[in-house]
Amino acid sequence: MLLDIRLPIGLLFLAIGAIVAVRGLGPGATAVTGVPIDLIWGCVMAAFGAAMLALALSVRRRGHAGAG
Amino acid sequence: MGTVDWAILSLYLAFVVGIGVIAARRARSGADFFLAGRSIPAWVAGLAFLSANLGAQEVIGMGASGAKYGIATAHFYWIGAIPAMVFVGIFMMPFYYGSKARSVPEYLRMRFDEKTRALNALTFAVMTVVSSGISMYALAKLIQTLHVLDGPFARLGLPPTWIFHVAVLTSAAVVLVYIFMGGLRGAIYNEVLQFFLIVAGFAPLVWIGLRQVGGWHGLTTTLGPSYTHAWIGMGNAATNRLGVGWFGLTFGLGFVLSFGYWCTDFLVVQRAMAAESMAAARRTPLIASGAKMLFPFLVIFPGLIAMALTAQPSGATRTGASPAAVAQHQGGVIPIKLDAGTGRPMLDARGQPVLDYDLATPNLLLRDFPTGMLGVGLTALLASFMSGMAGNVTAFNTVFTYDIYQAHIRRNAGDHHYLRVGRFVTVFGIAASVAAAYLAARFNNIMDLLQLMFAFVNAPVFATFLLGMFWKRTTGHGAFTGLALGTLAAAVHHGLTLPLNDLPGVKGGWIAVMHVYPSEMAQNFWTAIWAWSACLAVTVAVSLATRPKPEAELEGLVYSLTPKVVVGSGRWYADPVPLGILALAAALALNILFR
Repeated sequence: MLLDIRLPIGLLFLAIGAIVAVRGLGPGATAVTGVPIDLIWGCVMAAFGAAMLALALSVRRRGHAGAG
Repeated sequence: MGTVDWAILSLYLAFVVGIGVIAARRARSGADFFLAGRSIPAWVAGLAFLSANLGAQEVIGMGASGAKYGIATAHFYWIGAIPAMVFVGIFMMPFYYGSKARSVPEYLRMRFDEKTRALNALTFAVMTVVSSGISMYALAKLIQTLHVLDGPFARLGLPPTWIFHVAVLTSAAVVLVYIFMGGLRGAIYNEVLQFFLIVAGFAPLVWIGLRQVGGWHGLTTTLGPSYTHAWIGMGNAATNRLGVGWFGLTFGLGFVLSFGYWCTDFLVVQRAMAAESMAAARRTPLIASGAKMLFPFLVIFPGLIAMALTAQPSGATRTGASPAAVAQHQGGVIPIKLDAGTGRPMLDARGQPVLDYDLATPNLLLRDFPTGMLGVGLTALLASFMSGMAGNVTAFNTVFTYDIYQAHIRRNAGDHHYLRVGRFVTVFGIAASVAAAYLAARFNNIMDLLQLMFAFVNAPVFATFLLGMFWKRTTGHGAFTGLALGTLAAAVHHGLTLPLNDLPGVKGGWIAVMHVYPSEMAQNFWTAIWAWSACLAVTVAVSLATRPKPEAELEGLVYSLTPKVVVGSGRWYADPVPLGILALAAALALNILFR
């Protein structure tokens, strides 16, 4: 069995991104400058994770070996 | 740290171990365990190549240098790493990968002889264990200093002195699990994951930080041109923050030290050797160079930002940050360094307070990130530490098993025997690293001394490879004598020179002080230059006096006797030459942009 490293990366970023973004909806989640960094960066990380997952799954569906 | 931060950290640890478990299914032979079955795609190997070098020392140290020296620290990337990475990809990888050597010392045995290999393997093995130990010590010390574990420890009723032990042992245990199970493949997969986490943790820090200081413009007005121009005053060692002249910088750092590290250090080269094909192996350092040249923005900028915030906590505008100005502003991001013994502020030779630059990046992280992002940031720090340590451990187990054990202890055992030895050596290597970490904690000077010795060993080695690969007349006796005398030359140069404001001893001048350098960095660069030149001259002289190997034995090992690698009629971006030119042009552009 080959492991496509994009799969665990995608899953981990999706999970961490979601946790951070949800935390960003609560109080005290802004950085010193007032930027809602938890919300913004949580979404960025989740989106990156989703993109990695989509890439890994599309390669798998096409039947290629993927990464490694 | 809140619950959310702990959840993120735990999730990361679970994934890292999980990847080790999955990789273990494919670690059934020596080639699987030590070389990842030579099956890694170029982009994965490229990111691992970068990540293995990106230890906690790099992340913390580059932030510290950014705070101390400014954007000139980027020379380590833009004239240091990038040209060397392009060179190893285009010119050296054909010999490393093509010779089917399993390690860098093994290449030396094929090209020269057993004694040259043994010298390189032994020094390298000690070096990897000690540097992973120092890195472990640095991380545990950092966790202690930042007080991130104080709360949980108090709640559990554990004494705060245990924090150091728990930090050292937990991180060592996690790295042990994924290398023991998955071997090099486990390490490489995790390095890719860690690479993305490091970017995810530091990019938002720079973004938030730049907003605080008023962007690049704010940085330039607060810190002044000596901090924000990389080439200003480089004509003379006395007129720039590094205390180095242009020749010492380009030749010492750009050529000897950087090429010596990126082209010959098995820690990074091993990642490229694990690539799935010759083309992938040559692309590996080139792909890494593309990301590497952007890393100053991630690791040096936090230092610059922390310095700006320390110099100007009130936001007022004044140019020219100096430690004296900083000292007036207590409560800045970078604290004043306290003497470990007396607890009093440390002063330099001119009586000015010394800043604890190593805390620049971590303190900025704690200060700027709310809970949530704090977890991501601390995970990034931990990831950088683990990737650096795993790089050392995988390089150590391979070199120890193949170049020391198989070469000198048990020569003709079966593959499974060496696989078992490799796993055992992994445990031993990590245990030795832990011991080195405690040694560092107890005797700070011993670590300084060891690091110094490695600097002596590393500096001349590039001359050996350069001659070995590009001059077929080079002999084993020449290489060995050159390496030994090059190291001696480094030691003698160090013993005769001293950085300004330092006392003779571990900093140099232990024979006699014949020359004083404006900075420690200048002394390092010139030590490297002397060592390299001595190694080159001695190797050439001894080679001319001794009998070379017959040419037939050198095919595939020396440039002029190796058929040129023909790159298939693929796309231009798969060809290492255009990729290398692109990387060099981009690095040049960055130099011009930040001149």
